[in-house]
Amino acid sequence: MGTKFKLKQKKQVGKDAALALLKRMLLIRRFEETLARLFADSEVKGFVHLSIGQEACPTGVCAHLTNDDYITSTHRGHGHLIGKGGDIKLAMAELFGKTEGYCKGRGGSMHVAAFDLGILGANGIVGAGLVLATGSGFSAKYQNNDRVTACFFGDGASNQGTFHEAANLASVWKLPILFVCENNGWAEFSPQSSHQKIEKVSTRAVGYGMPGVTVDGDDIEAVYSATADAVAWIRKGNGPILLECLTHRWEGHYAGDPQPYRDQDELQAITQHCPIERFKKQLIERKTITAAEFEALSVEVESEIGEAVEFGRQGTDPNPQDFMSYIYAD
Amino acid sequence: MSMGFNTIAGAISQAITEEMRRDANVVLIGEDVTTGIFGVTAGLVDEFGTDRFCDTPISENAIIGCAVGAAMTGMRPIAEIMFQDFLTCCMDPIVNQAAKMSYMSGGTFSVPMVVRSPGGAGLGAGPQHSQSLASWFMGVPGLKVVSPSSPIDAKGLLKSAIRDNNPVIFLENKLLYFESGEVPDDIDFTIPLGQASVLREGDDVTIVAVSGMVPRALRVADELGAEGVSVEIVDPRTLYPLDTETILQSVKKTGRLVTAEEGVMTCGVGAELAALIAEKAYDCLDGPIVRVGTPHVNYAYNQEMEWATIPDEQDLVRAVKKAIGQE
Ligand SMILES: Cc1ncc(C[n+]2csc(CCOP(=O)(O)OP(=O)(O)O)c2C)c(N)n1
Repeated sequence: MGTKFKLKQKKQVGKDAALALLKRMLLIRRFEETLARLFADSEVKGFVHLSIGQEACPTGVCAHLTNDDYITSTHRGHGHLIGKGGDIKLAMAELFGKTEGYCKGRGGSMHVAAFDLGILGANGIVGAGLVLATGSGFSAKYQNNDRVTACFFGDGASNQGTFHEAANLASVWKLPILFVCENNGWAEFSPQSSHQKIEKVSTRAVGYGMPGVTVDGDDIEAVYSATADAVAWIRKGNGPILLECLTHRWEGHYAGDPQPYRDQDELQAITQHCPIERFKKQLIERKTITAAEFEALSVEVESEIGEAVEFGRQGTDPNPQDFMSYIYAD
Repeated sequence: MSMGFNTIAGAISQAITEEMRRDANVVLIGEDVTTGIFGVTAGLVDEFGTDRFCDTPISENAIIGCAVGAAMTGMRPIAEIMFQDFLTCCMDPIVNQAAKMSYMSGGTFSVPMVVRSPGGAGLGAGPQHSQSLASWFMGVPGLKVVSPSSPIDAKGLLKSAIRDNNPVIFLENKLLYFESGEVPDDIDFTIPLGQASVLREGDDVTIVAVSGMVPRALRVADELGAEGVSVEIVDPRTLYPLDTETILQSVKKTGRLVTAEEGVMTCGVGAELAALIAEKAYDCLDGPIVRVGTPHVNYAYNQEMEWATIPDEQDLVRAVKKAIGQE
């Protein structure tokens, strides 16, 4: 079967990379927290799924992708978008349903897509991104353009037929796809133990003849290192890899979900997994950054988020009568 | 008959409870049904236990396929698909398996199952969580299609659907879940499939309204009544088999037809009704048939744009005026 893919010891990142990763995670966190408030205040409507606590996975994975690479995303997709370099102003405008938004107000939270950044869209259909990824994988291989697709999906989605069909097809055709399972232990109101009899989704890779590895998905350096190796391996034409990131869903399934089904003690203690706090602490201990540098970064992020919210709020409402546009391409 | 008061969600929950008590072969499966995303089935697991009331993994194909196989082997499963939009993820077991099994087996097998699924726009949920797909299933021989608009109908029809020996697609409406009304407590109360209900009698125009459009049509009938236009409202309740007799009778009386569905009009319920009247009651028409529904578009996330495409009272009033030549 040619080269084997093995997970190596994770590497520590240097200062510049560390600050960039921290900033991206902070952007996702503040974006989501702000959104939660806007939703509670009914400024943002519809179905909103937050990724608070899960910032390390999209950040660490997308750090190894260029603007030309592709991602497919999920209903919980804001982190993927921001991770891939999405403009938070355009994202916020979309959530406000404005013309300036990524989808001109048509798509909203569950459908944010950005052509220029290779973001093939968040998705309201669980498991749909998995099969779309085989298509961007196919085109990249056919066009011989070296592009990789990172396909994000949840533990719950790995029970869809689409997961199994996509994994098999990608493997048989050696498609350049990094399947990224964000295993947050929950699918809506169902704990993982109730919906699958495996603990590690990565073990499913065996059945499709592709490498499968699991990392601590709240440890940004673990995600970052594993992805570096995986993407390099995939770019060499070795075929797909399944990377599972173990993480935690801090919030309800959707914004406003009171979560009666969750263990309150577990929820109380959930912040101990915080990928941002953990990384920050290590970086300061290692003297890679100072506390003051982190503070400065927080302030910077805070102001960018503030600007994005204002941008979204001040956006132009689409003309409601313009609903025929974009149903078909010109 | 002793009456209680309940919402549509409550009436559905009651129907499921009564039928599960009545017949041990009735089971319910679906994603997070023990909690219930809209709360419809919340709490029922306490009585029936997880052997009969089963949360499934996110696997629509397997949910429906499992229901078909179980129905073929002696059970009466109710399968829930969380949103009508996700019915697209399990079209094979619905269309090629459930619908055709009786026929393909020369009547050897029957598939007594119900697929419950809510549809409808208006929640800002975007293009993949808002569709009303009733008409898709009307064109599949072997399926029955039910779409109630009131608590009493929801209860009576769901009970009949569960007792029916055929696969029944039971289409609910998210915005209607909390509409309330009188509901009989009698456990033997059912409403036969295939019977329309005349919700309001009138002489000038017939509105045949489906699901979420029924309350809108009733409001419009009041409004137009005050202006001296007498509107008859027929709710088919079952879309296949369609109670063509009641509909024809009404249109023959009023001489005018407006159809009202929330889904996309192209090849929709209204198209079928218009064809029915054109074929069977052409001579009785005193004006053009007018369809109300969603134009050939998707539902936007932006709520104003979404509501610009969802058919509402204004569209109905306009349609009635056109039908009666008062444009
Ligand atoms: C085809 C389909 N089935 C069901 C749903 C409803 N739904 C939305 S998210 C979700 C849970 C997804 O769980 P997982 O894949 O683990 O992702 P997470 O929510 O944990 O990020 C479900 C059942 C859907 N959107 N699409």
